[in-house]
Order: sequence, then C-alpha cells, then structure tokens
Amino acid sequence: MLRDAALIAGKDLRVELRSQVTTQQVAPFAILVLILFGVALDPDRGILSRASSGLFWVAVLFCALLAIQRAFTIEAADGGRDALRLSGLDPAGIFLGKAGAIAVQLVALEVVLAIGVVVMYGVEVTGVPLLVATCGAATAGLAAAGTLYGVLAAGLRVRETLLPILLLPVLAPVLIGATKSFEAALGGVAADGWPWCGLLVAFALAYLAIGTLAFGTLMEET
Amino acid sequence: MTAPYAAGSTSSGTTRILGWLSLAGLALLLAYALVWSPADRAQRDAVRLMYVHVPSAIVAFTACAITTLAAAMWLRRRSEGWWVLGGASAEVGLLFTAMTLLTGSIWGRPTWGTYWDWDPRITSTSLLFVMLVGYLALRRIDNETGDAAQRGSRGAIVGLLLFPNVVVVHYSVDWWRSLHQTATITRLDPTIEGTMLFTLVLGIAVFGLVFAWLLVHRFRVGWLEERIDHSGLDEALVERRAEAGVGAAVGDGGTV
Amino acid sequence: MLAMSHAGYVAAGWGISLTALAAYAIRTVRRGRALARQVPPEDRQWT
Repeated sequence: MLRDAALIAGKDLRVELRSQVTTQQVAPFAILVLILFGVALDPDRGILSRASSGLFWVAVLFCALLAIQRAFTIEAADGGRDALRLSGLDPAGIFLGKAGAIAVQLVALEVVLAIGVVVMYGVEVTGVPLLVATCGAATAGLAAAGTLYGVLAAGLRVRETLLPILLLPVLAPVLIGATKSFEAALGGVAADGWPWCGLLVAFALAYLAIGTLAFGTLMEET
Repeated sequence: MTAPYAAGSTSSGTTRILGWLSLAGLALLLAYALVWSPADRAQRDAVRLMYVHVPSAIVAFTACAITTLAAAMWLRRRSEGWWVLGGASAEVGLLFTAMTLLTGSIWGRPTWGTYWDWDPRITSTSLLFVMLVGYLALRRIDNETGDAAQRGSRGAIVGLLLFPNVVVVHYSVDWWRSLHQTATITRLDPTIEGTMLFTLVLGIAVFGLVFAWLLVHRFRVGWLEERIDHSGLDEALVERRAEAGVGAAVGDGGTV
Repeated sequence: MLAMSHAGYVAAGWGISLTALAAYAIRTVRRGRALARQVPPEDRQWT
C-alpha cells in the first residue's frame, strides 16, 4: 500500500512540477487573497494583525479548494480515472498518495502565505514549535478530508461549485482549531494552543482512516 | 409515455392516524405555548418561541442521524429503500433546520437585541444547513448521471459522514465559543418547571409526530420517483429492442 | 393575547414555522398524488 501511495504521490507531484499550476496560479491567488483582505479591512487600526491567524487559515482553505480540484482534474483528462481503477493499485494507496501530494502543495502554499502575513500584516512570529505542529496537523486533515470529498465530486461536471459546499462545513473544525492554535502561539501563551492542536491531530487521523477505508468503494462507483 | 393508472396517493391508514394526531397535537401545543403557559421572568413572552425552536432543533438533528443510519444501511445492503430514506430524511431535516435558524434568530431580537449572535448553536446549525444543502445537491446530480447501478456510493459516503460531522462541528464550535465569557443568557432558564416544562415536552412530542408524518409521505414520494425512473429505463430498453426488430417486447404489463 | 409582550416576534416566529410546515406538507402530498398515477398499484402497496 505505501509503495502504491509513493507512486501516486510521485506522479502527481511530477505533473505539478511540469505544469507549474500551483506555483504559477495558486500561489499568486494566495497572495491575492491576502491583499484583498488588506483592502477590505482597515490596515491602520491593527485589525489585520489581530485577525491574521484567522485570515491566514481562510486563505489556506481557499487555496486547498483549488489544489484539490486540480488534483482530480488531472485524472479526468484522457481517461486517467479508468486507468487508475484498472491499474490494480491498492485504493488505499491511491488515497494516501493523492492526499500526500496535496499536502505537499499545501505546505508550500502555507510557507508563501506565512511570509505574506508576516510582511503584509506585521505579525511577530513567536511559538514556532506550535506553529509548525499546527500546520502539520491541519494540513494532514485538510488533505485527507479534501481528497475524500474531492473524489466524490470528481466525476461530476458541477464539481467546482459542489465541492466547496460539501467540503468547507466539514473543515470548520480545522479552521477553528488552527486559528485558535495560531492565536495562542502568536499571542505568547503557547500552552493554550496545544489542546487545539490535539483536535487537529484527531481530525486528521479520523479522516485518514475513513479515506483509506472508503476509497476502494468510491473508485468503483465513480 | 407512461400510461396513467388508478388514482392514488402516498396516504395510508398509518399516515391518516399520524396526521390527525399531529393536527390535534399542534392545536394543543398552540394553546399551551401561546396562552396557557406563563411568560418567563426574564424573557417574558419571547420564551413562547422556544416551544417551536427547541423541538425543531431536536427534529433536525434526529433527521440527520436517520440520514446517516440510512446511508450506513445502504452501504451494507444496497437496497433501494435505504437510499430513498436517506434523501427523504435529509430534505425534511432541511426544512426543520431552516425553521430552527429562523425561530432562533427571531427569538434573539427581543432577548439579545440582535438577529444574529455567534452563539455556538446558531453557528453550528447554520453549518448543518449548508451540509444538508450540499448533500441534497450531490444526490440530485447523482440521480441525473449514470444508472442505478453506478450511483449511490457518493451520496452514501457523504450521508454516512453527515451526522459525525454535525457532532464534531458542534463540539468544536462550542469549545471555541466557550472561551468568550460574554454573559450569554442561556436559551432556557435552567429552573424551568411546571407548565413551561410540560409545554416544551409536548412540543417535542408533537413535532416528533409531525416529522414522522412528513417523513413517511416524503419517503413514499421518493419511492414512487424511483419506480418511475426504473420503468422509464425498462421502456427505453423495450423500445430499443423493438427498433432492433428483436422479437416481441419483453416488458411486463403496464408498459406501452 | 395581543397584550403579550413581543407579540409581533412571537406571531412571526410561529406563523412562519406553521406556514412553512403546511406548505411543505401540501406540496409533498400533491406530488405524491401526481406520481402515484404513473405507477402500477402493485408498486405502491401501502394503502
């Protein structure tokens, strides 16, 4: 299973390296979102720096939607989905591979967003271990849940509009947990944040398990 | 085209009993809620909205649980009844979720002074609303594409995850908002007793009956839709064979 | 009863709720009747 996962993840990441969609389209979109927030909110009254944790994670969510859509669009072309189904690869491996590739791209986007937030919102970085742990756990949860719901929407022509309303309510706990965790880290009281990080880990583990179990069924039917 | 059969409906002996009981119950509930129960000390008459708000919320969450259960059973048994039940419960649940949000919001205005407050329950209920809309949208798409053999798993997985997600979101939001020590008036005075408690319990019971009645009817409507879908497929096959000139039509009685 | 405080809100809340329930109920039953005509009786054996 893990070998299949590595195979799929490698394939997806190589497609990304060649097509450069994440770097040339999604990353600029991420910066754009940060700019739009800055334009919409008053930059001079400190709202941006106070709200930066939440704004960061909302931006991550939007980018995640794009990354997930993309991950399944590349399969849809040229009958890639049927090829995957017939390839004899372990469905759980396919799930983990796709989720892994999405996670890698999300981490890259989070780095970009982090730099953006520090520079544009004037955030002071403290509590780095908590920040890193939060990003790891939240990204795992986003990638796992996103891959699961992504494959559900994947075969449908209306996937661009359906995926957000299916996925985002489910991700609300991730948004809440990650934001609270970041606020604790950046606000100096890191101890408050670790329980939230725990929520994120639980969420990630749950969705990794569900995805691994369910992916086989889903690949058959879609 | 499909030939019309003898007139009928989704009613039956059971639904007639449920229906009359519901109506009688609603009448009694209105009497208690609006007239016979006392006004609250703090909220005064606004509390009368609780007698529709709380039962609606309970029904909404119950409907979610039923949808998840139906999805689980469908995944195990693959029988059509479970598929139809999931959709019926979700749709009725959506109605009650909307009612919960609406009555809660209207209640909030005279009591908190605002139509919206990021109180944990209103937040998680509004997320539930979106989840139900998404689930129903997915089912509709699923119904239109592919044939009966292909569709189903998508909706079933989302349905299966519906109730767990509702629970997780509820607790996350609760935890999140509990950190804000704003003086929230609890929605219901904890020392509720006497007539008010009776009215509330009556409300829950009556709404339960109403839900059951609606669910049975909606289930049967869904069941009929499935039958029509299938017969449409049968007819198409018959026509195809006739076109190909292959023998006599194989259809059962009732097709063209 | 109109001497009730917040009468408008209470009326609105109850009124909209009951109206919505009734409307949905009527719509569902009507749909059921229309669909039932298109299906042979053996497929709708609940009466």
